[in-house]
Amino acid sequence: MTTDLLDPSPTGTLALDLRGLRKSFGTVRAVAGLDLAVRPGEVVAFLGPNGAGKTTTIDMLLGLADPDEGTVSVLGLEPGAAIAAGRVSAVMQSGGLLKDLTVRETVELTASFFAGARPASEVLQRAGIADIADRRVGKCSGGQQQRLRFALALLPDPDLIVLDEPTTGMDVEGRRDFWNALRADAARGRTILFATHYLEEADAYADRIVMVSHGRIVADGSAAQVKNLTSGRVVSASFDEPIDEAALRALPGVLDVEVRRERLIVRTTDSDAVARHLLTATDATDLEIAARGLEDAFIALTTDRSDTATATTTTTTTEKSRA
Amino acid sequence: MSAVAVPITAARPRRGLNLTYLKVELRRLLRNRRTVIFTLVMPPVFFLLFGTVDSYKTDSVGHANVTAWIMISMALYGAILATTSGGASVSIERAQGWTRQLRLTPLSPVTYVATKVISAMVLGLGAVVVTAAVGIPAGADGDMARITESLVLAWVGSSVFAAFGLFMGYLLPAENVMQILGPVLALLSFAGGLFMPLGDGVFATIAKFVPTYGLAQIVRAPVTDDGVSMWAFVNVIAWGAVFVAGAAWRFRRDTARV
Repeated sequence: MTTDLLDPSPTGTLALDLRGLRKSFGTVRAVAGLDLAVRPGEVVAFLGPNGAGKTTTIDMLLGLADPDEGTVSVLGLEPGAAIAAGRVSAVMQSGGLLKDLTVRETVELTASFFAGARPASEVLQRAGIADIADRRVGKCSGGQQQRLRFALALLPDPDLIVLDEPTTGMDVEGRRDFWNALRADAARGRTILFATHYLEEADAYADRIVMVSHGRIVADGSAAQVKNLTSGRVVSASFDEPIDEAALRALPGVLDVEVRRERLIVRTTDSDAVARHLLTATDATDLEIAARGLEDAFIALTTDRSDTATATTTTTTTEKSRA
Repeated sequence: MSAVAVPITAARPRRGLNLTYLKVELRRLLRNRRTVIFTLVMPPVFFLLFGTVDSYKTDSVGHANVTAWIMISMALYGAILATTSGGASVSIERAQGWTRQLRLTPLSPVTYVATKVISAMVLGLGAVVVTAAVGIPAGADGDMARITESLVLAWVGSSVFAAFGLFMGYLLPAENVMQILGPVLALLSFAGGLFMPLGDGVFATIAKFVPTYGLAQIVRAPVTDDGVSMWAFVNVIAWGAVFVAGAAWRFRRDTARV
């Protein structure tokens, strides 16, 4: 399921090289052994549900948190040095803005922290907020504030931009404007890594999708490959008489059959065939057909086929599909 | 595992004070109406209210008249407000993620703290100067060298309250924390004998335990003949220790996640 990472070309330096990262908060393992290499120019989506360890990983690669174990190299530098050199910048989820400053003041102030920053007017333009430059930050919408964070991230003209769930809490329009600004910038060949829990965002804007769950990478591939994992539907039904699972597995398109308590759960790419079979050849009742979500894809990715009958979300931590 | 740390070749960190940041900080202070009222307007107004009784202009406290004594107290009150709001703004900016944002830039934490301290002290100086500019024409009189010495002590000594502001900012991380701290400081100043002489009653006894008491005694010592009691030093050191320990305690509690 996972694509092997190619070795970097002998002359090139990886934009990002994370090896064996681990980080715990008390008894909670936020990141549990994570390796990731990103080549220059890639646009990578870091995709996973809330609590998967995305933000913790981003904190470590920006030097905001120290890993318990493992190493972080950003453009061949240690994170603090990469930030001091203006080679990497970040757009964080929320906060980090002074509400009593105007948009332009915020940009000009942040520009003064860097030597050789891009002109304020240029980054305002590129982030699409030149028209609100004189507005107080506190009066800006969530989407406008996020584009301001993006403008700040553009100031040092970095090689790598990291975005942590940049569109959380934005309305549809704000989200679209934000991604349009980012996409226009990505065309310039910058390396971009963004965390998201929206598959649609990852699909629309990334060349490569890295799925994380429980602090580990569970899949790594192109958008098409990952989308395949979440295609298909889930057919579930109740039953009194035991159902012949082998017959179900033999149906076209069936990926997985599972029994949880008194409920039969079938993952399939052809839900019609499964429904027809259940309603005509068995005494199944209470039939439901649902689209497969991301969460379901994680389970599918991380569950060993031999113990599907007992599969619960806790089995997502198994290592099986990392091979 | 191969070594990943490579010598920095393209680092361009800025060192020293960032004048743009200092200018922005001062502009923010002046733009905040509440801060301006508390630090630059209230001290001279309180002085005019409490300090200009006719008998105060003729009664002496040693080397100056009572009006000068009250002017110095009000200057200290204004300076304390300035440093308290400066300290509180550090913890508020921390809660708002601004300091975290700064960590994503080459600005050094030392420059950040220095900028905050300098801007708070500039505001404190403003409070002292404004109060003196109103007070001296309004009748504050005496040995001008000693009065000046007291005013400088008020300005410098007020820095103890930066730790108070820092601690309170952590306890009440609201944007308008000064809305609470302003009245609280007015009360503490009243109880600590900043607004009027305490006399010998029960209030004088209570005052010995109020955080502003010790500093006020020390600051006014040049113009009085009383000298500084041991109580004043115990008061300043004990409260200073409480504020620093409190701020450090809250600081550690919220460092778990930067």
